[in-house]
Amino acid sequence: MSVDVETVRRVARLARIAVSDEDANRMTGELNAILGFVEQLGEVDVTGVEPMTSVIPMAMKKRQDGVTDGNKAADIVANAPATDENFFLVPKVVE
Amino acid sequence: MSDLTALTIAEARKALRDKKFTAVELADAYLAAIDRANPQLNAYVKVTHDKARAMAKASDARLAAGEGGALEGIPIGIKDLFATEGVHTQACSHILDGFEPRYESTVTANLWADGAVMLGKLNMDEFAMGSSNETSYYGPVINPWRRAKAGGQGNMQLVPGGSSGGSAAAVAAMLCAGATATDTGGSIRQPAAFTGTVGIKPTYGRCSRWGTVAFASSLDQAGPIARDVRDAAILLKSMASVDAKDTTSVDRPVPDYEAALGRSLKGIRVGIPKEYRVEGMPQEIEALWQQGVAWLKDAGAEVVDVSLPHTKYALPAYYIVAPAEASSNLARYDGVRYGLRLPGKDIVDMYEKTRAAGFGREVKRRIMIGTYVLSAGYYDAYYIQAQKVRTLIKRDFEQVFDAGVDVILTPATPSAAFGVADQDMAADPVKMYLNDIFTVTVNMAGLPGIAVPAGLDGQGLPLGLQLIGRPFDEETLFQAGHVIEQAAGRFTPQAWW
Repeated sequence: MSVDVETVRRVARLARIAVSDEDANRMTGELNAILGFVEQLGEVDVTGVEPMTSVIPMAMKKRQDGVTDGNKAADIVANAPATDENFFLVPKVVE
Repeated sequence: MSDLTALTIAEARKALRDKKFTAVELADAYLAAIDRANPQLNAYVKVTHDKARAMAKASDARLAAGEGGALEGIPIGIKDLFATEGVHTQACSHILDGFEPRYESTVTANLWADGAVMLGKLNMDEFAMGSSNETSYYGPVINPWRRAKAGGQGNMQLVPGGSSGGSAAAVAAMLCAGATATDTGGSIRQPAAFTGTVGIKPTYGRCSRWGTVAFASSLDQAGPIARDVRDAAILLKSMASVDAKDTTSVDRPVPDYEAALGRSLKGIRVGIPKEYRVEGMPQEIEALWQQGVAWLKDAGAEVVDVSLPHTKYALPAYYIVAPAEASSNLARYDGVRYGLRLPGKDIVDMYEKTRAAGFGREVKRRIMIGTYVLSAGYYDAYYIQAQKVRTLIKRDFEQVFDAGVDVILTPATPSAAFGVADQDMAADPVKMYLNDIFTVTVNMAGLPGIAVPAGLDGQGLPLGLQLIGRPFDEETLFQAGHVIEQAAGRFTPQAWW
């Protein structure tokens, strides 16, 4: 399989990365080189093979559903580019 | 003691306990070496002078009181991927500009609890994506090794490998006693091989991933890069732990890895996988591999040929699984909670502009591949197929271990260190990816792997051998790695910086 420039634009939109025309053209070639490389996986017979979910067999650890952390709003927003009274600020999303 | 930075961790640990010098003197010796060398090597992206001295002073107090920990006063460099409280943590990416976490990663917390001293944060490929340390926002690290020829090619700058290039270069150039690193497809072992240092990627689950910036969560593991096998054993013992904050960390005791050094290899069966003899591999690497076989035989090991038939599919499967997980993990960098933010006309425009400006080319490329293979209509053909192939890769190893093989010996890399800004690799991303051809299988199967320096090539550059072990059998890797080290000797670059 290979991708065209339109597909690259669509994927970039899904990935939330702005791309210029030049970026999209360059990425099309690069992505096709990588997709060409991974194509060989198609020749492996995987009949009856389960997809890997965990390299080390282990039971999922569980704990009591209780509060173990919190009350550190100032720490949580400390690195944010824009905040107001411990809230993250973003461009207006609802008119 | 003329040059304190020349001491291994084991030597410095003893000298500190014997009061030959203080931890502050040791830290100052390293800080002076860093200040002198870093403008040429670019191994550190942040040097924490004050913190190092304060930690060393506290170590001296504990040593004086006879309360020193296992790494008391030992100066360590930390890969920029590990969260260090109040200190630069940016995965060497522009998108994490200014990020100083309010928490500490479990691995670094374990080191500090044992008395280690932080010298600073080490350069790396952006988000650990790269094999040459050239994708860092902070510029490439320069390998302290140079080709033996005088002038011309001899002065050519070489890469230290990646992604833990800063860690490997700093250890080789004696700018830290040891370093933390991480390995998703070879990012500890390949730079260790390129710099004549020892690097071990432990079994998946041996070290907690909490507080380590995530790249591909099912593959990422932390491990040390060190001057020799003993130092790597000492560091891993401290870094490894079960952790309630990482449910994939494993609850089993951490052995005293150092105790495995010096044990005989009698009764140990070593497997040589024929699939690692790849087309175009330099004769020097083949010869090194045969030399490794001879050394292990001399030490009493039995050597057998084995087959790992799905080896050639590991790298293509990796380039689906790792980007898929990365595209999901890196979705969090959106300009809202930390790091870089560019203004936009609405929230989506803000996301898109921030991510376009904040991520470098290689990171964008991998996010794009990951997004594509996970998108509707392609998920089964790419992602599920790759995860099935991964099951087969792991099964190959299980069958070899079930047949009585204890450890597998392979070359660590298909070449020695290459030049900075290599034209071929810049033109074709797949060429760069092939650096990990011998190491990536280990991540896909979750196994432990160690790279040990084993010789120099015709141009005087270090080459490494890799040992692959059973899950949680790092001890056999240290045991056999030590045998190789005893036979091969240690390799130190000539200082030119």
